Amino acid sequence: MAPPVEPAAGVWGLIEDVRGIGGIRIPEAAGRTSSGGVPVWRRDPPMKFAIVQFPGSNCDHDAYHAARHVLGRQAEFVWHKDTDLRGADAVVLPGGFSYGDYLRTGAIARFSPVMGRIREFADDGGPVIGICNGFQVLLEAGFLEGALLRNRRLKFLCRHVHVRVEETDTPFSCGASAGQVLRLPIAHGEGSYHAPPETVDALEANRQVVFRYCDAEGAATDAANPNGSLRGIAGVCNRRRNVVGLMPHPERACESALGSEDGRVVLESVVAATAAAGAA
Amino acid sequence: MIEQAAIDAHGLSAEEYRRLVEILGREPTLTELGIFSVMWSEHCSYKSSRRHLRRFPTDGPRVLQGPGENAGAVDVGDGLAAVFKIESHNHPSFIEPYQGAATGVGGIIRDIFTMGARPIALLDSLRFGALEDELGRPTPETVRLVDGVVAGIAGYGNSIGIPTVGGEVAFEPGYAGNPLVNVFCLGVAKAERLAKGVASGAGNPVYYVGARTGRDGIHGATMASAEFDDSSADNRPAVQVGDPFMEKLLLEACLEVMETDALVGIQDMGAAGLTCSTCEMAARGGTGIDVDVSRVPQRETGMTPYEIMLSESQERMLLVVRRGREAEVERVFDKWDLHAVRIGEVTGDGLLRVRDRGRVVAEIPNRELADAAPLYDRPTRYPAYLDEAQQLDLSALSVPPDLTRTWLDLLAAPAIASKRWIYRQYDHMVRTNTVALPGLGAAVVRIKGTGRALAMSVDGNGRHAWLDPREGGRLAVAEAARNVACAGAEPIGATNCLNFGNPERPDIMWQFVEAVDGIAEGCRALGIPITGGNVSLYNETDGQAIDPTPVLGVVGLLEDAGRVLTRLFPAAGLDVVLLGDAVPDPAGAGGLGGSEYLKRVHGLVRGRPAAVDFDRERALQRLVVDAARRGMVCSAHDCAEGGLAVALAECCIESGGIGARVDLPGPTASNDGFDVVRALFGESPSRIIVSVTPARGDELLARARSAGVPAAAIGRTGGDRLTVSVAGDVVADLALKTAEHAWATGLTRHLDPAAVEGSASWESAL
Repeated sequence: MAPPVEPAAGVWGLIEDVRGIGGIRIPEAAGRTSSGGVPVWRRDPPMKFAIVQFPGSNCDHDAYHAARHVLGRQAEFVWHKDTDLRGADAVVLPGGFSYGDYLRTGAIARFSPVMGRIREFADDGGPVIGICNGFQVLLEAGFLEGALLRNRRLKFLCRHVHVRVEETDTPFSCGASAGQVLRLPIAHGEGSYHAPPETVDALEANRQVVFRYCDAEGAATDAANPNGSLRGIAGVCNRRRNVVGLMPHPERACESALGSEDGRVVLESVVAATAAAGAA
Repeated sequence: MIEQAAIDAHGLSAEEYRRLVEILGREPTLTELGIFSVMWSEHCSYKSSRRHLRRFPTDGPRVLQGPGENAGAVDVGDGLAAVFKIESHNHPSFIEPYQGAATGVGGIIRDIFTMGARPIALLDSLRFGALEDELGRPTPETVRLVDGVVAGIAGYGNSIGIPTVGGEVAFEPGYAGNPLVNVFCLGVAKAERLAKGVASGAGNPVYYVGARTGRDGIHGATMASAEFDDSSADNRPAVQVGDPFMEKLLLEACLEVMETDALVGIQDMGAAGLTCSTCEMAARGGTGIDVDVSRVPQRETGMTPYEIMLSESQERMLLVVRRGREAEVERVFDKWDLHAVRIGEVTGDGLLRVRDRGRVVAEIPNRELADAAPLYDRPTRYPAYLDEAQQLDLSALSVPPDLTRTWLDLLAAPAIASKRWIYRQYDHMVRTNTVALPGLGAAVVRIKGTGRALAMSVDGNGRHAWLDPREGGRLAVAEAARNVACAGAEPIGATNCLNFGNPERPDIMWQFVEAVDGIAEGCRALGIPITGGNVSLYNETDGQAIDPTPVLGVVGLLEDAGRVLTRLFPAAGLDVVLLGDAVPDPAGAGGLGGSEYLKRVHGLVRGRPAAVDFDRERALQRLVVDAARRGMVCSAHDCAEGGLAVALAECCIESGGIGARVDLPGPTASNDGFDVVRALFGESPSRIIVSVTPARGDELLARARSAGVPAAAIGRTGGDRLTVSVAGDVVADLALKTAEHAWATGLTRHLDPAAVEGSASWESAL
């Protein structure tokens, strides 16, 4: 499937996306989307994603491609040393290895300049999602509760799994139906969610468990839990419900060519939420 | 005055030493001796292999960069180039599996982005010793090596964010003391902006950027050019430690710098480190280069010029920048918190001049150092073992009583069973280009922004090459290209990694020369240019050489990424069509020579592998690629190890429960009773199983006929069983679930028994 691209941009822009100094900048593809490879013009409200780039981020381009070229929304990379979110409506902390993560995963990222700005953004109620390493960063930075330990079989695991949408009143799940089963890829070595029992009880009581590992039929069995996460927790949100973190990669599951489109609902949810907020 | 002992310690022959004195016109300093020894090592100079590699076809309409640069490049349209290469890291991986494999990945990635390409895919070709003993129990030493190597590949590739999308692994006793780790990387670059490892323009500054230099890896290149013995474990200091985060910074920063035109040339510091990068860049530019090692960032104190020049510390790059543009370049590296240090400049005098705080410690004519390494025409001799090994007398063997059992046993063989335990440790989806997941055939990544995709396959069979090195080379080319064609892609370029023993032994050298000729024949016949590669010699431990192992990496182009094919039958009720001979290797031993069946069931590695008919092979591959483009076929799968029966099972396994029933012609009246075994498990090239809707079956058969490819509808997809009959009589029949379990657990039960015991989780995993 060839995403729409202005001739001026050339295909290199789609391969490299926006680069920094001396980088190629392709014209805004805002207002466009592609369905089944066919470019379609659309007129609903503009929506801009800020995709944070730590030096070791490596799913930044995955998130950018999904937001910009699949959903046809605006997206801009925000460098970790930067404190300007470029007027974004939502912030994505992508997967990767932030600063190498030789120290505890995400332990250094929390101190980066951009995180201070993201804290303000979140405190103002702005939607923030942390995917994989981004989830780990949100936990380290105290946006979310809990910790992520080595997978139970102590190996990095990359495969498709199923997760069940437990809560639909967050900006990243409001487009889904309660109990909806999504087929999403995971790719992590430290994704086993852990927290003290009372914390987990509180999370459950406050309906902060947003995604839970399950089988294809939606049953949260131990066999369907790929990494040994406590109570099969795959993603949680904060009390205010505007900050969500999850280990699976919805941004890698937005095109049938990649094996699943189930991840689109996560990103499209925040588009809808933003539109609603704008209308209100 | 250099002691003879020092000369010997540097692995230089008396003749080589005489030559270097002649080049210098004087005795070398110790630093100069070290520099010559690494540049003239087998690893860097290809002194035993170079004259033979010249026989490879390297030209073609799509070739943008042939051998000689950091990697080769072919035109893939839209002004884009596919840049790719395969390289070995065998010796380091044996000494320290994790770091050896990890730095192998790091090294090949640098070769690709050094060309100005964004790396988008990694593949690995791995060889280990036997995984099972005679009683089918796992062999701990092999398990340890596999675990370390796989973890090392994962640790590096996953961190840096380049997907490991495919590869192959084999287990043979011949690799017990010398595993093979060959790593392939592919990137995409702007065709008109391919970067070069060249130092030109006297006065242009030379920059060093990346990790600090330590004492690690000193004489790694010479180590890779020597055999192993019991003392090899003491070589640990010669193994480098990788830092994928540093390489990630280098990758991004270098690609960003290359978007400007401030860069003249760039090269990574791999084997022979600073020595190789400086003299090769200057040699290519026909210039000289003058560096002061005291400016090189150092990790350890008290390093000598000798150590700094020979260190193989990882994640280091050498750049030549246009004078006056330094600030631009430094700004990019600062953004990535990398410190680019100016260590010298390009000169016009053709000399590699090394200083230490200004004092000259080495001064060597560049071109001679880089290009005047002695080339050898090593003597060859027909190996003593070969005639006997090629004899295959089936009359001494008995046909297995239950062929269904044999079928299951083959599906569970480590060489055939699912490689899931390995590839699930690799992030094979990052960058969202992977349109064919691992384990379904060739690896396929799309090129965003074009409708196209690139298919890649790395293949080689040491057993075949040991029994017939030339045919082994031909078969490797044919299979790698066939796998790419089965994905629907047209093969457009190849790289190779030639893994052999000690070339100073005439029988080993004979294997090498034969294999090279076989590869050259194959690539010429299929019109696939070789754009680069790597030779790894001295793969021996205590005088025991590995099986000769030529590995081919073939890259193919899919015009429509949406038409990619996998091995899986997508639905029930489809016709199963066999393209190629129904009876394997009709001209020869029926495809049992060197087969997986013979090894697995009778414990024999004997006979001759079936020969490739390249006219047939070419016609077959074109037929499949064309049929895929027209959307005429629904799946395509090559018949390889385990023959047609195993290939058929692989078309059904993971298909979502779609079985198949086929009826094969035969038996051809031989009197050894092995006809049915041949029909099921015989291995011969140029055979592909495809599925096609009944509506288009005749059209496919007609096209095959006019293409001169034998083709027959042999059965139907559907049901939950796998059933094979020969001339109407059912000879093997089993439940698909049973086949899937044997195949899914065959490798994993040895590498991670716990994962298999929880069979429930296996079912969910299937």
